[in-house]
Amino acid sequence: MARIESEVGTRSGAFLKWIDDRFPLTETMKYHVTEYYASKNFNWWYIFGVLSMVVLVMQLVTGIFLTMNYKPSATEAFASVEYIMRDVQWGWLIRYMHSTGASFFFIVVYLHMFRAMLYGSYKQPRELIWLIGMLIFFALFAEAFAGYLLPWGQMSYWGAQVIISLAGAIPFVGDALVEWIRGDYSISDITLNRFFAFHVILIPLAMVGLVFVHIVALHHVGSNNPDGVDIKAKKDANGVPLDGVAFHPYHTTKDLVGIIVFLMVFSAVVFFAPDMGGYFLEHANFEPANMMATPEHIAPVWYFTPFYAILRAVPDKLWGAILMAGSVLLPAFLPWLDRSRVKSIRYRGWIYKIALALFAISFLTLGWLGMQPAEGIYVMLARVFAIVYFAFFLLMPYYTTIDKTKPVPDRVIYHG
Amino acid sequence: MTDDVDRNRRHFLTVATAVTGGAGLIAAAIPFVASMRPSARAQALGAPVEVPIGMLEPGEMIRVLWRGKLVYVVRRTEEMLSRLPLVTGYLRDPNSEVAEQQPDFAVNEYRSLKPEYLVLEGSCTHLGCAPLPEFDVGPADDWQGGFFCPCHGSRFDLAGRVYKGVPAPANLRVPPYRFLREDLIMIGAESGAV
Amino acid sequence: MVKSMIARFAWTGCSATLRAASYGAALSVLLVAFGVCAAADVELEHAGNDPGNIKSLQSGARNFMNYCAGCHSAKYVRFNTLARDLELSEDQLIENLMFNAEKAFETIRATMPTEDAARWFGQAPPDLSLMARARGTDYVYNFLKGFYIEPGSPTGVNNRVLEGTSMPNVLWELQGYQNAVFTTDENGTKHFDHFEQASSGSMSEDEFDEFVRDTANFLEYISEPIRSTRRVLGVWVMMFLIVFWIIASMLKKQIWKDVT
Repeated sequence: MARIESEVGTRSGAFLKWIDDRFPLTETMKYHVTEYYASKNFNWWYIFGVLSMVVLVMQLVTGIFLTMNYKPSATEAFASVEYIMRDVQWGWLIRYMHSTGASFFFIVVYLHMFRAMLYGSYKQPRELIWLIGMLIFFALFAEAFAGYLLPWGQMSYWGAQVIISLAGAIPFVGDALVEWIRGDYSISDITLNRFFAFHVILIPLAMVGLVFVHIVALHHVGSNNPDGVDIKAKKDANGVPLDGVAFHPYHTTKDLVGIIVFLMVFSAVVFFAPDMGGYFLEHANFEPANMMATPEHIAPVWYFTPFYAILRAVPDKLWGAILMAGSVLLPAFLPWLDRSRVKSIRYRGWIYKIALALFAISFLTLGWLGMQPAEGIYVMLARVFAIVYFAFFLLMPYYTTIDKTKPVPDRVIYHG
Repeated sequence: MTDDVDRNRRHFLTVATAVTGGAGLIAAAIPFVASMRPSARAQALGAPVEVPIGMLEPGEMIRVLWRGKLVYVVRRTEEMLSRLPLVTGYLRDPNSEVAEQQPDFAVNEYRSLKPEYLVLEGSCTHLGCAPLPEFDVGPADDWQGGFFCPCHGSRFDLAGRVYKGVPAPANLRVPPYRFLREDLIMIGAESGAV
Repeated sequence: MVKSMIARFAWTGCSATLRAASYGAALSVLLVAFGVCAAADVELEHAGNDPGNIKSLQSGARNFMNYCAGCHSAKYVRFNTLARDLELSEDQLIENLMFNAEKAFETIRATMPTEDAARWFGQAPPDLSLMARARGTDYVYNFLKGFYIEPGSPTGVNNRVLEGTSMPNVLWELQGYQNAVFTTDENGTKHFDHFEQASSGSMSEDEFDEFVRDTANFLEYISEPIRSTRRVLGVWVMMFLIVFWIIASMLKKQIWKDVT
């Protein structure tokens, strides 16, 4: 807890001392930033955590400004979005940043989670970080779902109609539950208003709290790295990990580069292709919600489609819902399903590598299948890949035990 | 030597990054700040309003809304106009020297384009209450007709000029307006197009 | 399958997507290539309009006000925004476009009251502000060209792109009337084959095509007036980010120099 003794005599040093006597500013900065050591061999898979935070902040800021002009009522919502797009100065930019940000949030979070699967970042002692992360993931799902109702377009209304009535599949309490969520006998202005409350305050508050806790838990044990080596095992005379570099200035400057590249991709979409061919802003949603006419293809937004494909793969309504819920929840159990003593894919055997590759392929394919009509060969394919998806998790205790791993080095591999 | 070069280069690059980043942040902030300015709809709704005045009797006043604000239009009689010089001594700003309270064309003894018609914002310059018209003379000499604010007792004459010794600090505001015809004024635009 | 894929790529949004295939677009290109660029399953002729062609947009605006605004509103479009983007003077605006509005800040309303329209046509003519964005410019183009004689229907016509439409053929004077020729396949399903001109209108085929193209162009513009502005701005933003990226990369390398 040493203070910057030499500066106490100066004005800024005295000001800092006044703060530090009353608030753990310098010690927090040291613990979390300037003396937080993370491995020097991070590759670009490690940028997605920071990017998730960047997108979260962006969604919060653009969301606040959208809320200044949006009207959460069934009669005014759609028009208020067009008001933002046309009449509010720069409203179009704020709207596009928010809609693009929603999709990029999922891209970034999915890649962030995949990093954990590549390098075993969910394994002991980081299980809690993973669980908190899964809670953030569920919150993100709910946030996106609630947010999508707000423009009150055709897809907003009918997509919500389909998904909320899924809860009706639950025996005994299903119908009452659906009515309770909707607040009405069908999706209406009442539902819209409460989803607005969920989207604008309830879930964002929860997410910010969860992200905070997520980082506290991470800093408590320290970050993992692409070799899965514990850098705290080898420290120098000052207690600094030999393979670690201070978060600031090393990772801050490196992350800045990653953030800028992200902003380039993000900006390219916002300014040149905000619709993204109908994936980020669905065409049907440019028609106001019409309770009398269902659109031809009701598909959820792209980031829900892998799970939607699993839902539709099952011929039974209840079991489809159960398996869909299962597919979302199953990753939470990874720390306990994964029996390998090795963290990083670099030192795992070929079994795990194939398994993970199959998982990635099935996730992407299920995502594509979720956008196709549920007919013909698509149904068969969805079933096959759903099985692959579940097998990845459910068979993991077995194949990670028998997988032949390689010896893990005791120092990280770093090629400057 | 290389250490020094490194340190200088490092410092230079840090400053360059910070400046570029700062510029980017400011540029990014501009749309957000600007989005809070009146939108096209607000500008449309706040557009000038046309007020027909042909049916106003002499001595009569009408109230209209412009940009959500109350505006008074009074058709003053010759008699009312003749009383204006009588109260000059009691007024805080008889010559409309405080420029923000009226457009240039209203810096005259009548505080209007045409003496016959007075156009004022019905908002007391103290705290914004709507002053009430009291066009009759008396009982005291200093009152020759004008406006009285019920909230804290501020008084204004028949040209909206504020009396001394009242809470209101300034004359009632004259909004920009112009005559489209003898019997039609447009409040909210001084000249030219909508 | 290929034909339908081509039809889907006619979607204006698709070509923009392919152009914007940037970093990380490996995933999205994969998704787009298997494309649900959700259009109708009807084959659509490409409109071929140029959103940057101001003359075309001006013609389209005039066409819209003269032939569409009688029944269809464009309630999110303001006349003054139109004048600014289409480089029209206030006089041109008032003379050519503002038939049922007094002030330039007003939005485009339909002349026909909605309740009457709903009664007469069975449903209210939809607002057209976002039609091109919801269904695609090519859809609008093909719709306007796609009316054909059908003696049984209430309006005497049907539309290739929207079966059973309650909209009459408002452009018959310009296009004339056409018949649709169908072929029947092995299952007995009728498929549209081609149109045959039954009577001619005041415009030649090419003139009419251009008329419809301009109108579709206008509808595309009003569905997203900010489009051209955002693309110009985007270039500046990308240039700034490239410069920033270079500087930040140099800083990173400098900081990491002492890491072994």
